[in-house]
Amino acid sequence: MEWVKRNQITVGATVVVLVAAYVFYGINSNVATSMFSGAWFFAVPLVLGALTGVVGERSGVVNIGIEGQMLVAAFAAFFSASASGSLVVGVLVGMLAGIVMGAFLALTTVKGLMDQIIAGVVINIVATGLTSFFYRPGKVLSANMPQWNVPILSNIPLIGDVFFQSGPIALFALVSVPVVHFALFRTRWGLRTRSIGEYPSAADTAGIDVIRMRLVNVTIGGIFAGAAGAYLSMEATGGFERGMTAGRGFLALAILIFGGWRPLRVFAAALFFGFTNALASQLQGVVNIPQQFITLLPYLLTLVVLAVAAGRVRAPGAVGQPFVKGEGS
Amino acid sequence: MSQPAPETATGGSTAAAPETGSATSRSVPQAQRERLLELDGLSKSYGTVHANRDISLHVERGEIVALLGENGAGKSTLVKQIFGLIKPDRGTITIKGDASPIKDPRDAIRRGIGMVHQHFQLVPVMTVAENMILGNETTSRGVLDIDGARRLVRELSEKHGLRVDPDAEVEDLPVGTQQRVEILKALSRSVDLLILDEPTAVLTPQETDELLKVMKELAAGGTSIVFITHKLREVLAAADRVYVLRQGAVVGEVATADTDARGLATMMVGRDVVLRVDKDEATPGEDVLSIRDLVVLDDRQLRAVDGFSLDVRAGEIVGVAGVEGNGQRELVEAIAGMRPPQSGRIDLLGKDITKANPHETHVAGIGHIPEDRERHGLVASYSLADNLVLNRFSEKPFANGFVRDFDAVRQNAEALFTEFDIRAAGVSAPAGSLSGGNKQKVVVAREMSFGPKLLMAAQPTRGVDVGSIEFIHRRIVAARDTGAAVLLVSAELDEVLSLADRIAVIHGGKVVAEMPGKDAERTEIGRLMAGDH
Repeated sequence: MEWVKRNQITVGATVVVLVAAYVFYGINSNVATSMFSGAWFFAVPLVLGALTGVVGERSGVVNIGIEGQMLVAAFAAFFSASASGSLVVGVLVGMLAGIVMGAFLALTTVKGLMDQIIAGVVINIVATGLTSFFYRPGKVLSANMPQWNVPILSNIPLIGDVFFQSGPIALFALVSVPVVHFALFRTRWGLRTRSIGEYPSAADTAGIDVIRMRLVNVTIGGIFAGAAGAYLSMEATGGFERGMTAGRGFLALAILIFGGWRPLRVFAAALFFGFTNALASQLQGVVNIPQQFITLLPYLLTLVVLAVAAGRVRAPGAVGQPFVKGEGS
Repeated sequence: MSQPAPETATGGSTAAAPETGSATSRSVPQAQRERLLELDGLSKSYGTVHANRDISLHVERGEIVALLGENGAGKSTLVKQIFGLIKPDRGTITIKGDASPIKDPRDAIRRGIGMVHQHFQLVPVMTVAENMILGNETTSRGVLDIDGARRLVRELSEKHGLRVDPDAEVEDLPVGTQQRVEILKALSRSVDLLILDEPTAVLTPQETDELLKVMKELAAGGTSIVFITHKLREVLAAADRVYVLRQGAVVGEVATADTDARGLATMMVGRDVVLRVDKDEATPGEDVLSIRDLVVLDDRQLRAVDGFSLDVRAGEIVGVAGVEGNGQRELVEAIAGMRPPQSGRIDLLGKDITKANPHETHVAGIGHIPEDRERHGLVASYSLADNLVLNRFSEKPFANGFVRDFDAVRQNAEALFTEFDIRAAGVSAPAGSLSGGNKQKVVVAREMSFGPKLLMAAQPTRGVDVGSIEFIHRRIVAARDTGAAVLLVSAELDEVLSLADRIAVIHGGKVVAEMPGKDAERTEIGRLMAGDH
């Protein structure tokens, strides 16, 4: 149990949260279930968006274009599903759209050496413009996204209700977190990815192709933002609206930082955001606060969290810096 | 270690003893000689600059070869080509008889070349074990074999006597240990030829001696070593043979047994160099700088300078000798106004400057040659003319009120170019385009030319070529002779010994001993520097 020893705080915090959640569940199971479900519902696109950020930034490429990636994916997923009449096609096209946008970021910044922040801004602007221009109202999905119950796990009280009785994209998010975490810290790919994001010239001298690896990672990493977009337009709402990501891509960025570029912590951070949001909705009936302030809460929280977290977490060493072979030893 | 090695003794440590009457102590008997590396007519240009010109050299198995040259002589460019980081324009590199071009570092590693870079190529936030296997990982069913990596580190460090903890994070390790990790990393790839690029630049004297010992042991075990340096003492202490480079070309090859420091220095700069500084007896005047019970915190909020007291008088050079990291940097920054002291007092000519900012200390009469010229000495993108007036651009004659006088700035630069022998394309060239030695001359020129009451020189000749060192030393003595007080802080004991009229040994942030510079004992100071008092 050396692992528990090394991660005392994390383990302790998890236990405390779980106990509190189940105490809450014991007091009022309906309210507890609906609040935690609401939290996870809100957190899914944030987790997915942040995973795109994790893969990109651990490789040394800042991605502030997650918002745009998600928006284009939401658009592509919904309209392809609507046109083809197939939900599967919609989800896959959404993921592909995320990858294509990732490829755009990768090519402009890694190959073209464009400033990474500017490239991200470009993605966001282009995404808003394109999706607004091509938007056609009145389309609908042929069917709602299915609800999957994971055998056995879905029978666990509370956790089963919240996490294991959900749509395919939410389950994809749930599975992706530990998978990416494991890949990042326990596999060859992860070791190399972290090295090119921390100190690329060290990776280069160790014979790793930094440029190619960044290209591939940033491109493939887009799959998560793509899934997040598909989640928003297909699984969460069943419709596309202009600008429907509504800043969630930037929230995902905040969560990425708050979670210290580690998937498991990112997951916890997203749930925390989701929970505050759910709590605010619950409070709406109890205390008399205007609706606008309630919806403001997650964004306000972002501000606070980033102000607090800023000095404490540490970004990958080379994030934002283009790598040019043979330059600077 | 699977190459068909012709020699018989492998795995031995220092067993392959010298005792042959031959000059080069570790020279391998003729029958066992193997030419490991051969360069033939290697050339590399950047634009109009010939970084390497028609370089030919060779390295035998088990031999230590030094590449000696001034900054900008092309040493780093040369070894980067051997390691596949840069492609040569012309010429061939033959490794163990194979002359096919080296595609990239991976190819170089595969062919038995290992390199320890001047700036360590280690990922700071990863452990030693992780760094060790990076790029050469073993996995079992997709999972990294970290236990195997740990074992590898332990085995290698035991075999080569280089102790290091496999689970330590690299950024927590002292520089000397980080270098050990780099060497182990290279050795883990079964190297035949180990390239060390300025390996001692960041080491303390003790760490340097240790490294030289390790190099000799590796060579005795059959590994060839090529190391870059501009320190003559190290060449003479460790190398069998030395190639001297000047302006991108090999200008000399000599067995170290057949030469001495003076001979090497002459080859390097192409003329006789005065290694000892000629200076008259100091005639100290009044106190210029007076420091009392100074306490300064470092970046980690620890007391780096801890009760430091020292006086420096007009017309004398006081040298602060010490192992790096004993508060020298914080001391200098406090005096220069870059880092506010925690407590204590600094007076300059009777005026309290404890809380002064850098501009105020300049106005008070302090010329500061900072340790890190790239960060604190120059603005790389500004012209040389502007850099030469950085500390007084708003003063007459360089400005009239709010308006700068560019003619005066240019004339000042032209005059200083001549006076301080600054070699550059022109006064409007950006400072970043200069070589290390010339950059330092720019800083020295600026800080000396306004007639400082106190000249504070921190590591004034670090990373500077021999020719410039000599020049800077002479200027420091000249500043003293015109009545300035000089505070010299240097990690180079030789520098302190040859320049200082009085030596203060710093350890743990305070002065542990003071002595006249004239007959100071090297070993005695070394003992004091190490904290033995």
